[in-house]
Amino acid sequence: MSLAPDFESLEVGGTLPETHYAPDNIQLFFYNAVLWNAHRIHYDLPYATEVEGYKGLVIAGPMLGDWLAQVVDNWIGDRGMVQRVEYSNRMASFIGETLTAGGTVIAIDQGARTADFDLWVKNEAGDVITPGKVTARFY
Amino acid sequence: MGGLTPEVLAFIGRKAPPRREVVTRRDIRKYAIATGQTQKKYVDGDVAPPLFHVALFWEVVPLDELSPDGVSVDKLLPKFPLEKAMAGGLDIKYHNRIRAGDVLIGNRTLTNIYEKEGRSGALIFYEVVLDVTREDGTPVLTEKTTRLLR
Repeated sequence: MSLAPDFESLEVGGTLPETHYAPDNIQLFFYNAVLWNAHRIHYDLPYATEVEGYKGLVIAGPMLGDWLAQVVDNWIGDRGMVQRVEYSNRMASFIGETLTAGGTVIAIDQGARTADFDLWVKNEAGDVITPGKVTARFY
Repeated sequence: MGGLTPEVLAFIGRKAPPRREVVTRRDIRKYAIATGQTQKKYVDGDVAPPLFHVALFWEVVPLDELSPDGVSVDKLLPKFPLEKAMAGGLDIKYHNRIRAGDVLIGNRTLTNIYEKEGRSGALIFYEVVLDVTREDGTPVLTEKTTRLLR
């Protein structure tokens, strides 16, 4: 059962609502355009597969980091603020895959009104492609 | 092991020239749409989502400075003896939110270079810290990037 987004009802082990993402070429194009990132693995399919040996067009790593942070940020809304985000891109993921982001509460600091969360973005096979941690402070 | 020469290690502590960036509502809105944000404050461009600074401080590189695969060379880094870039990680600590109209200063420092023996050979790690403040010095965020080469 997903937790309510208020500090008083938080408990260690509680899970946050999961979000599914099915990024397409248009979204990946917009993301890399916003960054000014021209790396061919994100839009040149023959280059990505034949030269770099990927299965398809590669989802940008920091976009996965953004989705990981969104799990907490969208859940907490205007009741608090994300204070720290850590993540690492461990495996590649590709256009055509549906990814799922979610997480659990791992620690609560009553005095500081902060909570730590373990977070993940998984692919359809269930592999954690982007693990991370977020700390949020409740107002 | 031993691939890191004193010349390479001498790059530790090197700083990139400071970057000054104006945060526009239009840039926040583009970022929010591209990343699938759902909160009104982000989609309207009033407040920046937590990872917005990644886009704001991505290097704006001229076409003739890109390699054939479309990647820019990070001038802060030495030429490493290993070149295959592997997974990277970010650790970001936030002090103040970024809003439309903010003028931000970004300072990047190469803070560490080290090597480890991995299961399939030597690995080189490097760390770059991006410190973002407002023009008056008010802290906004500190981001440490760790990258791994093999």
